[in-house]
Amino acid sequence: MKHTLKQVFHSGKFIVGLSIFVAMLLIVIVYPLIVKYPPLEIIARGTFFPPGIYVNVYDSIGSPKYTLNLDNAAANRIASKLSDADRTAIKEWLVADGIPENQIDITDTKSLLDLWANNYDPTKEVSGMTLAKQRYYQRLDTSLRGILSTEGVSIAAKNAQTGALEEVGSVAQTDYANVSQVPNVRVLPLGTDNFGRDVLTELVKATSVSLQIGLVAGTVATLIGLTLGLLAGYIGGLVDDIIMFFTNLFTVIPTFVLLILISFSIGQEHRGAFTIAVVIGFTSWVWTTRAVRAQVLSLRNRDHINLSKLSGHSIVHIILYDVLPYIASYVVMAYILQISSGILTEAGLSILGLGPRTTEVPTLGLMMNWAMIYQAQILGKWWAYFPVIVTIALVTFSMNLMNTGLDQVFNPALRD
Amino acid sequence: MPDETSVCLRTSGLTKVFGAGRQKCVAVDHVDMELCEGGVVSIVGESGSGKTTLAKMLLGLINPTEGDIYFQGKKRDIRTQKKKQEYWRNIQAIFQDPYCSYNMFNKIDAVLLDCIHMRGGRKLPRAKKTEMMAEACSFVNLKFEELTNKYPFELSGGQMQRLMIARIFLLKPKILLADEPTSMIDACSRATILDMLMQLRNEIGMTVIFITHDIGLAYYVSDVVYIMEHGKFVESGCADDVILHPKATYTRRLISDVPKIHEVWDLSTV
Amino acid sequence: MKDVALEWVIDMKIPRLEVKELTTKYITRFQENIYAVDHVSLKVEDGKSLGIAGESGCGKSTLALSLMGYYFPPLHYTSGEIIIDGRNISGMDPDDVRKSILGTEIAYIPQSAMNALNPTQKIINFIEDVVQAHDPYKTKKEVHDLARSSFETLGLPAEVLQKYPVELSGGMKQRTVIAVSVILSPKVLIADEPSSALDVTSQKMVIKMLKNLMENGFIKSMIFITHELPLLYNVTDDIMVMYAGQIVEKATAKEAVFDPLHPYAKGLMGSIIVPESGLRNTKLTAIPGVPPNLKNPPSGCHFADRCKYVMPECKVTSVGLREIFGGRAYRCILSEGELREVYSKEAYQNAR
Repeated sequence: MKHTLKQVFHSGKFIVGLSIFVAMLLIVIVYPLIVKYPPLEIIARGTFFPPGIYVNVYDSIGSPKYTLNLDNAAANRIASKLSDADRTAIKEWLVADGIPENQIDITDTKSLLDLWANNYDPTKEVSGMTLAKQRYYQRLDTSLRGILSTEGVSIAAKNAQTGALEEVGSVAQTDYANVSQVPNVRVLPLGTDNFGRDVLTELVKATSVSLQIGLVAGTVATLIGLTLGLLAGYIGGLVDDIIMFFTNLFTVIPTFVLLILISFSIGQEHRGAFTIAVVIGFTSWVWTTRAVRAQVLSLRNRDHINLSKLSGHSIVHIILYDVLPYIASYVVMAYILQISSGILTEAGLSILGLGPRTTEVPTLGLMMNWAMIYQAQILGKWWAYFPVIVTIALVTFSMNLMNTGLDQVFNPALRD
Repeated sequence: MPDETSVCLRTSGLTKVFGAGRQKCVAVDHVDMELCEGGVVSIVGESGSGKTTLAKMLLGLINPTEGDIYFQGKKRDIRTQKKKQEYWRNIQAIFQDPYCSYNMFNKIDAVLLDCIHMRGGRKLPRAKKTEMMAEACSFVNLKFEELTNKYPFELSGGQMQRLMIARIFLLKPKILLADEPTSMIDACSRATILDMLMQLRNEIGMTVIFITHDIGLAYYVSDVVYIMEHGKFVESGCADDVILHPKATYTRRLISDVPKIHEVWDLSTV
Repeated sequence: MKDVALEWVIDMKIPRLEVKELTTKYITRFQENIYAVDHVSLKVEDGKSLGIAGESGCGKSTLALSLMGYYFPPLHYTSGEIIIDGRNISGMDPDDVRKSILGTEIAYIPQSAMNALNPTQKIINFIEDVVQAHDPYKTKKEVHDLARSSFETLGLPAEVLQKYPVELSGGMKQRTVIAVSVILSPKVLIADEPSSALDVTSQKMVIKMLKNLMENGFIKSMIFITHELPLLYNVTDDIMVMYAGQIVEKATAKEAVFDPLHPYAKGLMGSIIVPESGLRNTKLTAIPGVPPNLKNPPSGCHFADRCKYVMPECKVTSVGLREIFGGRAYRCILSEGELREVYSKEAYQNAR
């Protein structure tokens, strides 16, 4: 026993799989202790806010100001305002004006703007330019002038009594606020989803729920499979025939369709996460039963079982002490696979909209579902679905890796 | 056959058929045998002759298709678990592969304690149980103090087989069925195992049935020999008669195919 | 461990296969050395066969592998020489050995060789592979002719060539494997337990075939490895008994079985069971104990723990092979005279 455990922990694949899994478990457990926001709280008005640090602008105006003279501040300001299309347009105008093309570099903001400032004249006639285009260049020129100016802005507030705007403060272009002094800052590493919920917090909660569902489903399925397999394999005869009849029945019926039907008939109100997990467990025991039964059949005629019989032990005793320990390693591996498949099945059900209630807890599948319905992928809002995919992949990958590692330990013929 | 002593086990028309129709396999075909109390009997057959199936039927692990087994004069009835347990107080077995005969999760103490419990010794004080286990181990030249807390697979093959004999010493059955007990043991340890079995038989008055493919071994240990081929007994009788003056063709071929030392081994008859 | 080996000067014939002080070891995962073959020397001459007897774990199968020069981790060559037809092959690259020695000079039949037949290939395809691996220029027709003629000479039916291994019985498979291994006319055949997994009748057929190979000059000499002594007595000319990686007795078959000198050999011969008259009156000898663990070999005689006649010096002095008249050798601290005296004293006491 000790020797087996030592071998298990020497298996590279098992260690890697276990590490990933334990890391995920730790995140799932520790994160809610640090970040106490409720996962399903709608915090954003609007959909799919991109990931980033969200600083309250109102508060930052009132925060202590610091003057920093940074070199590239102006350039950064301009660069963020000047899109690629605008730059190309500027270049076009300059070329049409007669400046040789090789002197114009649209990536060099400063020289580009210098050239523009020196050469632009709204009154100049450029051939082939529509009126709309002319107006566009005028607007561009105005906004550039605005950007290039070094004036600050004034903050005005309505006087409560007179109703007139009074200047209450000003903000210069060199004013900086320290983020830690701004009272309202929210870090959203994964932005928000379509409802306006913090994706990261939601994701951590969803992983936790999915893992629990997987665990419950896996436990139910393995228990059923183990019991039925042991009875069918060891007792044989009529018991075996009956159990095999039901097993074959469940094999032939596509379990996923069965799940959909059950889920549908339970109805929205009764579909809690735990219920779904149990339902998944009740429909996925087939493979485990088959596998356990096959193992038990091969064990049944071993000498030590014959000797146990001759020693007068009851059937229950023989099954529990002479058969079960010999298939234990197999059952552990089957259990891991059942958990992993439970998680995936729930995800599949939820994507179809037949998973747990959407108002109570998020699950990985539900997050995928929302991303799909609200067309996150078409809109390019990768943060709403990509992290979920990675999480599902990591969970199942780590479990399968653990399983392969264990398989190599218990079955020496597979060692590489 | 000696008939002064009483008959312990008798079979009449014992048959076992596996499968049906085209895949019908008659493993044991109407076998009649008689076992006298205290005697040593060998059933000799090559692989596929049905001797293991016959052994399992005698042990009560497989139900015969036809025929009866009489134990101590009465027809054997082992339909209920209770009756089976009662029968198994009288007949025990030693199997071929010592490595497979033990549950690898049970320690040696547990193995021996099991035997004591089966004999109704569950309520005995701990000290008495330890004394019984130590006595059994010393009978087979094993030291009980060295064995506690060890697992059977930590012993050598010969030691494990001797531990099996220690079990039999504790169980004290009337009949012992030994299925190829020495085929997986080194030649040097074989004599030890055989001697211990004979010693045990002398001490507790056990009847021994050897199942083997080695006709030399059968000749060495047993009084009565049965030769089995394709599920039938082709010859039976005193060991001397069967081995030294075989009548059946199969027996003759079997004996001539075994390499000899003092006699000439004729290779031309193959 | 040093050993004093004396050359025996009996025949001036060059032996076909000569091994001098061969030592090979297994290196376990935990970097421990197990000297499975410990300074073994032997000689096989044309027309003679050598039997190697010993129990499981004594190193005889390792010796067979080592004789081929075919080392793969964890088996490593340590020291000694293997000379075939005058060529020293010890330390040769395994690939060179495979190309130039295996099959053509020495043929090796491992244990359960019959289970190594590819179940999806006919026997004739297997033979094609074997022959073409050594001689890629042989055409299929040549191979077929060679196969048919070999099988005929060896008494195997030619239909076997067109069959799949599953269609053949165990005995027939083993004989086929033996026939294929000598198809390239090697000089020496090393057979490791060729008949252990078979029933007695098939075993007899295999033994007959092996003797046939020797008598008809198919092979010049043979090394037969088994734990069954009656087989060796009937097949080989000389017998070598191995114990814990060392040779403990070398003698002709008759001498080894009826007049063994080493206590282990004596015990082994005393535990032979054959269905002959007189067996019931003999008492089989038993040797208590188990062979030593070769990870920590004992410093003195390897057999000292189990020897009936052990003396205090046995456990500390390392013992070499003692050569005596007639080409015999045995490994004991006592001289031949002393040993025989010990035995006769014991026999006298047993008779009383």
